[in-house]
Formats: sequence, structure tokens, C-alpha cells
Amino acid sequence: MPFIPHTETDVAEMLRTIGVPSIDALFDEIPAALRTRALDGIPEAMSEMEVARLMQERADQDGRPLNFIGAGAYEHHIPAAVWAIVTRGEFYSAYTPYQAEASQGTLQLLYEYQTMMASLTGMQVSNASLYDGASALAEACLMAVRAHRRSKSARILVPATVNPTYLKVARTIAEGQNLKFDILPYEQREGTTQRSSLEAYAGQDITAVVIQQPNFFGLLEDVDAITDWAHANNALVIAVVNPLSLAILKPPGEWGTKGVDIVVGDGQPLGVPLSSGGPYFGFMTTRMEHVRQMPGRIIGRTVDLDGKPGFTLTLQAREQHIRRSKATSNICTNQGLLVTAATIYMSLLGAEGLEQVAAACQQQTNKLVDALTKLRGVKLAFDGPRFHEAVLQLDRNVGEVLEQLARAGIVGGFDLSQQYPELGQALLVCATETRTDGDIERYAKTLAEVMQ
Amino acid sequence: MSSIPADLKYLESHEWARLESDGTVTVGISDHAQSALGDLVFVEVPEIGKTVEKGAATAVVESVKAASDVYSPVSGEIVAVNEALSGSPELVNQDPYGQGWLFKVKPSDTAELGQLLDAGAYEKVVEKEAH
Repeated sequence: MPFIPHTETDVAEMLRTIGVPSIDALFDEIPAALRTRALDGIPEAMSEMEVARLMQERADQDGRPLNFIGAGAYEHHIPAAVWAIVTRGEFYSAYTPYQAEASQGTLQLLYEYQTMMASLTGMQVSNASLYDGASALAEACLMAVRAHRRSKSARILVPATVNPTYLKVARTIAEGQNLKFDILPYEQREGTTQRSSLEAYAGQDITAVVIQQPNFFGLLEDVDAITDWAHANNALVIAVVNPLSLAILKPPGEWGTKGVDIVVGDGQPLGVPLSSGGPYFGFMTTRMEHVRQMPGRIIGRTVDLDGKPGFTLTLQAREQHIRRSKATSNICTNQGLLVTAATIYMSLLGAEGLEQVAAACQQQTNKLVDALTKLRGVKLAFDGPRFHEAVLQLDRNVGEVLEQLARAGIVGGFDLSQQYPELGQALLVCATETRTDGDIERYAKTLAEVMQ
Repeated sequence: MSSIPADLKYLESHEWARLESDGTVTVGISDHAQSALGDLVFVEVPEIGKTVEKGAATAVVESVKAASDVYSPVSGEIVAVNEALSGSPELVNQDPYGQGWLFKVKPSDTAELGQLLDAGAYEKVVEKEAH
């Protein structure tokens, strides 16, 4: 079904009215060399029915495996009410509305989302979301350079324990704007950031230090000490966090003596399905002193001429549609639909519910680690405190083991041997509240067979 | 009609400059500029000690509907900024040629002042924009 309202007759009539022979003629002033021609590798258009069938077939190829992979995206239970409410006509839009103030309900929801995120992260102000966790980290680095006016180096220290995909995206987006990323190694025995590597930078001009908590290995970093070190050395601190973990861990706003400066992360654990990798949403919160450097939309609460409360897009002048090339970022929108899901998810669970989910994930991961490390040839790589993920080392090829597990309908974890070859045959495993004791038993039993 | 004091120099981009007795140049935005921007909500002033070129974007004035760069009329070093604006950006609207000044430059080449517009020439710029 075509959704273009103008018929060919309409178009012909319009062209005749303005005295132009064809639509192409309207673009005459654009030199031919600059026009987009047909794109290579793009297939012919398909009908809605054909696309639905194709996508169904592709989805079927995923099967319904038993999932023990985390590494940045997590399978959580999403109460049916969440997406039943999200898909109501009043909410069902991917964007902040163009006539924002005419959509008070949407703005109120975003305002409540911001309030929840600010409170969850222990910060003063939140934006209305970004695209995903990885690009949120890139935006946070760019923001730190703008916010830290005394620092001229644009140098960001990033531990090797930060999600490697996030680092890759941050480099892609920010290196072209002259940001420099220095990687901090981790302690081979503990799996957390090597403090002595930080000392090498003492007294130097560092714009910001990134800390991921829990880190990519699921381990808890000494966030208080690193935050205080960074501030003592005049660097800002950017925290990358799993929002669910904040239900049981100390919020970044309370790390160290002063708390961090910018908090980012991926909001996927809050009511967003895995969906083969996206779309998810990124979040960002900060202190009030940095609010003008924060990219993205911010919803504010105000009163109208009659004193009645209402909601509004605020601080828009720093955004792309007004400030053009000098905007704080090229982000001019947010992930409206997914933020709606997260807001409903958080309001249905409440603080207590979130804490129960986080605790259940923690408990199931501990059971998983116990069950798997009982097997011969499987050992825990790092035994420090962690949140719902752990690194295991196998005495044989991880890639092959994962393939055999997949044949038995189990996604056994994330193969770390590509990005962290020094760990040998290492596997990052995760169990959320959705993995039952029976699931864990099945994994352990299957792995035992594979490892025989 | 906006006020255009005769004793000041101007840029086409609506900054004013005043040579002080200590040799520094005080910079602000004109009455016409503040009125076109509307209520200012934020002013970003440069850092003291920063070296600026004539015509370089040096400060930012932000109203509810736009954020605009303020260009330095002369090259030199920033020697003072109006700290009061961080809490009271409305001073620029209320008193653009007085309490609403933005920054002071110690000029490296005073001859540059001679290249600026006088009040009469600036008035023509404003009139031309109105048409």
C-alpha cells in the first residue's frame, strides 16, 4: 500500500501550475556530479507482504536458543503491560514531536524519564536520551572537552575494561574531532584497571577519565579511588554504567568525594527487548554546572501565563536546528519509543522491583559460575566482586565449544579471545533473572558433554 | 530606534568597542543586537589570558530562540570578562553599553581600531537590515 498521498495526476497538475516540466527539473540547480544516483547493492523495492515474509524467515534462523550471553545487551523479563502501553496511539512515535509543546503528554513522560535517570545515577540533570550506549560515550567525551575549558589536550583515558565496541564507536566519532584516547591496561590477576598506569599521567593535562562499572568483565572497579585520582589531577570523570546495576550499586553521583561529572550507558536493560541488536537507547546525566554542554533534548517543567504547570523543550538554542555547525552535537532527537518503554518499565517495577531484578541476576550468575567451574577444564578467571557477568577460562578452543553448544540450542557466552587474546580461551558468561536453575543445569550438563 | 552612542566604534556584526584610558578595549553587543536576540538567558565569556584575532568568535550570547557568536573587533589578549553576566545575563538587555559589557581586550595593534565603523556608518548597517 503506498503512503504517498499525491496521485500522478496531482503531481502533473502541480507541475503545470508552477510551469515546470518535471520533478527532476526542480533540482536543476544542483550540479549533476553532486546528485545521488541509484545506489549499488540495494535490491529492488519489495511489497509489504514480501518484506514481512523475508523478515519472518530471517527471525526463524535465530531459533529460540537458551541465552547466556550479555556483553552489553541483556535478556530481561519485560512485563506485558510495558509494550501494551507503549504501542498505544498516544505514545507510538519514534521521535520527539516537531511541535513539541503541543504534545504535553509526551513531554511529561520524557520529563519523568529524566527524573528517574537523574535519581538512578545520583546526578542533577538528564537529557531525553541518545541513540545507544556506545555513541553516548562518544558524546560524553566530546562534552567533556567542551566542559573542561582549562584542559587543552582533549586527551581521554579509557581503561581496556571498557566495552571494546563502545571504545571503537567513540574513536570513530571523536578522533576526527582531534580527541585522543589513551588506553589503561588492567591487572592480569584482578581484571580491573591498573592503578599504577594512572600514576604515569599524574600532573599531566588530562581532559577526562572514563570508568565502566561493572567493567566489561562484569567486575567492580575501585570507582571511588579512580574518581578521586581524576579530580585530584584536574580531569573530569565519565562513568559508563549498566542502569540496572544501580539498583544495588552506589550511583556514580556518589563515587569518590565529589561524584563523577557525566554518566552514560545503554538503557536496553530497562524494558527493551534484545531484537537482534537494536534499536536500543543511550542515556546521559550530568551535574547542573555542565548542563549547557550536554547534547540532546532536555524537557523542562514550567508554568504558563496563568500559572498552570506545563512541559517544554528547554535549552534548544545549543541544538543543531538552531546553532547549526556550532551545536553541542549533531544529535537533534531522542529515542522516544524506547524511552517510553523504559519509563513504563521503571514505573511498574519501582525502586524495589529493580532491586529484586538486579539481585536475582546476581544470584543466578553466581549459581551459573559455581555450576560451570565444577567442570574439569573450566576455571574462573577473576574472583573479585562482580555484577551478573563473569569471565571463564577453558582448556580448549572457545569458538569451537560455542559452536557445539549452539548446535545443542545454547548460546554459551561471548568469546573474548578476539578482543582480549592475552586471556587465552576466555568466555564471558551472564545469567539474568530469566535463567532458571533448570536452565543453568542444562548448560552445565551440555558443556560437560562438549568438554569430554 | 535603537541607541547608537556616538563615542563608540562598531562592527557590522553588531559588536561595539570602546578604547579605555588604560589602553584596553571594552567589547559588548549593540542595543540593536540585544533587542533582535530578545531576552538573553546565557552568556559564555572567553577565558582571561586567551589570545584572540580580530574577527574571531570570542563569546556566545544565547537567548531563548538563538545562540550567536560575538566577534572580537580587535586582535589581542583577553584581560577581563564580565563575571556578573553568569548570574545576570539580562544585564546585556538592560544596559548593553554599560553593565552589559562582555570582555576587555588588550589590543596588539591599535591601528585595527581605525578599521571599525563609526556610529554613523553603523546606523546605516542597522537601517539596511531593517529593509
